[in-house]
Amino acid sequence: MTTLLKSLLGACALSTLAIAAQAETTLTIATVNNGDMIRMQKLTDDFTKANPDIKLNWVTLEENDLRQKVTKDISTKGGQYDVLTIGMYETPIWGKKGWLVPLKGVDDAADLLPAMAGGLSYEGKLYASPFYGESSFVMFRKDLMAKAGLTMPAEPTWDFVMNAAKKMTDRAAGVNGICLRGKAGWGENMAFIGTMANSYGARWFDEKWNPQFDTPEWKAALTDYLAIMKDAGPQGASGNGFSENLALFQSGKCGMWADATAAGSFVVDPKASKVAADVGFAVAPDKGLGKHANWLWAWALAIPAGSKKATEAEKFISWATSKHYLELVASKEGWANVPPGTRKSLYANPEYQKVAFANMTLASINAADPNHPTVKPVPYTGVQFVAIPEFQGIGTKVGELFSAALAGQMSADDALKQAQDYTKAEMTKAGYIK
Amino acid sequence: MATRQGQALGRLAVAPAVAALAAWSLVPLALAFYYAFLHYKLDDPDNTFFAKGANFYYFVTDPFFAKDLFNTVALVLLVLVITVVGGVLLGILLDRPFWGRGIVRVLVISPFFIMPTVSALVWKNLMMHPVYGFFAHMWRSVGLTPIDWFGSHPLMSVGIVVGWQWLPFATLILLTALQSLDEEQKDAAEMDGAGKLDFFRHIMLPHLMRPITVVILIETIFLLNVFAEIKVTSVGGIAGNLTYLVFSKLNDDNNVGEAAAGGLIAVVLANIVSMFLVRLIGRNLEA
Amino acid sequence: MARKTTTAQMTMATIFAWAVGLIMFFPILWTALAAFKTESDAYSLPENWWSTPWTTENFGIVQERSNYLRYILNTTIIAVVSTLLGLVLAIPAAWSMAFQPEDRASVSWPGYVWLVIILGAMAAAAAIAYSVGWAMSARPLLGLLLIVIFSLPIAAWVWTRRTGDKLLWMLSTKMMPPAGALIPIYLIFNRNGLVFKDWGWIDLSEWNLIDTFAGMIPLMMLLNLPIVIWMLYTYFKEIPFGILEAARMDGAGLWQELSSVLAPMALPGIASTLLLNVILSWNEAFWTLNLTNKYAAPLSFFISEYSSPEGQFWAKLSAASLMAIAPIMVLGWFSQRQLVRGLTFGAVK
Repeated sequence: MTTLLKSLLGACALSTLAIAAQAETTLTIATVNNGDMIRMQKLTDDFTKANPDIKLNWVTLEENDLRQKVTKDISTKGGQYDVLTIGMYETPIWGKKGWLVPLKGVDDAADLLPAMAGGLSYEGKLYASPFYGESSFVMFRKDLMAKAGLTMPAEPTWDFVMNAAKKMTDRAAGVNGICLRGKAGWGENMAFIGTMANSYGARWFDEKWNPQFDTPEWKAALTDYLAIMKDAGPQGASGNGFSENLALFQSGKCGMWADATAAGSFVVDPKASKVAADVGFAVAPDKGLGKHANWLWAWALAIPAGSKKATEAEKFISWATSKHYLELVASKEGWANVPPGTRKSLYANPEYQKVAFANMTLASINAADPNHPTVKPVPYTGVQFVAIPEFQGIGTKVGELFSAALAGQMSADDALKQAQDYTKAEMTKAGYIK
Repeated sequence: MATRQGQALGRLAVAPAVAALAAWSLVPLALAFYYAFLHYKLDDPDNTFFAKGANFYYFVTDPFFAKDLFNTVALVLLVLVITVVGGVLLGILLDRPFWGRGIVRVLVISPFFIMPTVSALVWKNLMMHPVYGFFAHMWRSVGLTPIDWFGSHPLMSVGIVVGWQWLPFATLILLTALQSLDEEQKDAAEMDGAGKLDFFRHIMLPHLMRPITVVILIETIFLLNVFAEIKVTSVGGIAGNLTYLVFSKLNDDNNVGEAAAGGLIAVVLANIVSMFLVRLIGRNLEA
Repeated sequence: MARKTTTAQMTMATIFAWAVGLIMFFPILWTALAAFKTESDAYSLPENWWSTPWTTENFGIVQERSNYLRYILNTTIIAVVSTLLGLVLAIPAAWSMAFQPEDRASVSWPGYVWLVIILGAMAAAAAIAYSVGWAMSARPLLGLLLIVIFSLPIAAWVWTRRTGDKLLWMLSTKMMPPAGALIPIYLIFNRNGLVFKDWGWIDLSEWNLIDTFAGMIPLMMLLNLPIVIWMLYTYFKEIPFGILEAARMDGAGLWQELSSVLAPMALPGIASTLLLNVILSWNEAFWTLNLTNKYAAPLSFFISEYSSPEGQFWAKLSAASLMAIAPIMVLGWFSQRQLVRGLTFGAVK
């Protein structure tokens, strides 16, 4: 034990010395491995040239791993990261707890889209600056739609989408009518199924926080989802998340794909997408109840409270989410690859309006209302999530059940019943249900 | 030779290792014991209080507990069947003389050196992907509908991946044991005109019993804690085991208290199993 | 005398064995093929693996994005240093266990007395903890005391056991589900972690073991220590004991005894142990994924960056996989025998 302790303390002392010897500031940035974030890592010369005393150190993680590491770090005040990439779900919750530094130096904060600024604030203070924002919409293949003898309306209904999906399906040719998320996770399949359920008039909880999975609205939404995936979805859909569906759509295996607006730049990129020339866009479907199935999400940059490098971190955040950065990307990679969905000025830019999905993205973002996400009243905010700490666990488990139902492991009724039981137990445990 | 001084020196020599291992096994356990009685959630640390036995109660009554307990056992058994049966067959095959034995041996044992995360990713994507995977292609080429491996048969798929990783281990051990089977014994049996099946049943199998027990014991220790393969292939909801359930309590619910309680339950279960294992290994070592 | 084998039998066995060998190796081979294709070709590999062009660009992309060299350096440092550190602890222990003639425990109480002592200590610890309201994190010194009360009798019990029991106890520490120990270890490692929050008498404000070699090396050492001791023990056991006495009769001093008699006989065993342990630490994924981020992150972490990037990623994943497994696989090929012995704790040689 003594040997161990000595060597351990010795090694500690050494590492402390090594850190003290560095004069410049190193910012450790935890980020998600999405295309836009990876593109930013290649463009940071622009920032480090202007700030030679700041070094950037990237920790790039898959979404779930990122969330777990960042949560553990911030709640135990570990101080591993100086800049965090977090979403619209965590920001208000953590802001309320005082775990984040309110941002003041954001480049032209008034220019941020109100939906984004609102979702990333708590009590009027902005706690995270949006890097890119997204809603959801329907991407479809114009050529296949024409082949099926149909025209996509600007605002399709679920009935139209399901009918079209069946007609477009040609399994012998490897074409599936529709690709939808099936991979378990509150940010994966539940983002889609949750918004679909919203448009069907369903809700997660009633005004007294009772789970609502035993209602006919949920049953209708889930049954339709399972049915259309069975008739017109790809093989192995229960393992498909955003990335998997993107690969399928890009290689021409999907007739329609309802997913994030951020996918727009990837499906029209002729270098990556075989179907770039034939892609059309439409608003997320509805069921005639006044709610479209579109979500609202942003990946944003924030600073943990108590950080010793808050000034430098804010400098970086300001750069990464500035108008200047958008122009930088446009000059290097073209306007279609600019991180979308954060600024009014971007959508006013005539150059950007030429991009095929620009206006549709803005309309979808504006259509999502986190304060009134459902047809019936609810006690929570958030469109495809419920902004309470317990949701992460509940959403993941319910997602696993629905994913199992999609894989044919259980029936829709069983999945809904287990989801109801589980959610009820968790909410009782957490003290919402008295 | 065994002087008093020598003995004291001997004890002293073992002391650092015993102390280090005791600290390693007991300190986390004691802390887990402490946390298991707290209501402590990482995302709500201000609201931490003594929770009596609530964490244990919630963990055991979790709708996923019974299923995951079953999965834990099923996965261990499935992999044991794959590796022991496959290992005996492969061992017999590799024990025969043929051209290129050295190379084939290397090919067969290679999977054992693959990082679990890597093998899970490779199998999930390149091999078992229902659209682009190699199996899907094979199935289509003979006119069948490809199987959605991880979607429709998650437990079996995880079992195949883990089995693939551990089959080399069983093969290697059983092959080593077979090679120690006396050449003369093999010759004599052949001269007696003993049938191949008789030889297998009456000489080979009894000789292999001990190495097979060893394989079962050691694999069980590792297989109870299969984790990376389940997490990477994201089948935890259906085919998760207890280790995964504990992890998801921590990862998805941020619930330290319940995760610690679950960890302790897993420790108790593992210890019940290991009590038998340790006895059996001990007996085998002495024999 | 070898059994007679006809050429026909030999050919049959050869074909069959090679087929089986290739099937087992196939996923690795397939990964290697995909690593040398472009992204879109990697997705149609079964149809045209021979006709599409070969490329090495994936390796360049992976290196540029993740700096592979840094990860492999980290992995090597953690694996090698932790094994060496483990040997420092294990060699004396295994040595004395192998050479000490089995002595009786100096404290030879019967089992039930021990059981009462251990359970009693636990109950006492629980009672103290309960009476002070479980606020252990606020009183870390008390917490430490409780841990000592809790674990002392068990350590004492192990201490007085016979060699065989000691070895089995060491083995049993490997059976603990890692998920159960994760949070305690995480909090111990964490800077300002709840465990060491208010230690007034020693300044731990710079305490942080997460993502450092100072944390990962001892951790990895402890993970594999039981196997190291076991393996060394089985090797040392085989060293003929009489030779020592003969050397001593010839008037060899302690140093000579060590350097010219024991070392040559023990070194092969030590080398094999080293090799197997490097392999085991190389492939460890649970702790490294949870406790590292960047500075001390090994290859398991490197791979996790490729688990699901946007869009098509199979070729990059394959290239990264190949880079992560190739060195250790080659090393593994040379250590087949040691593997059997090490992993069966000497039960099969």
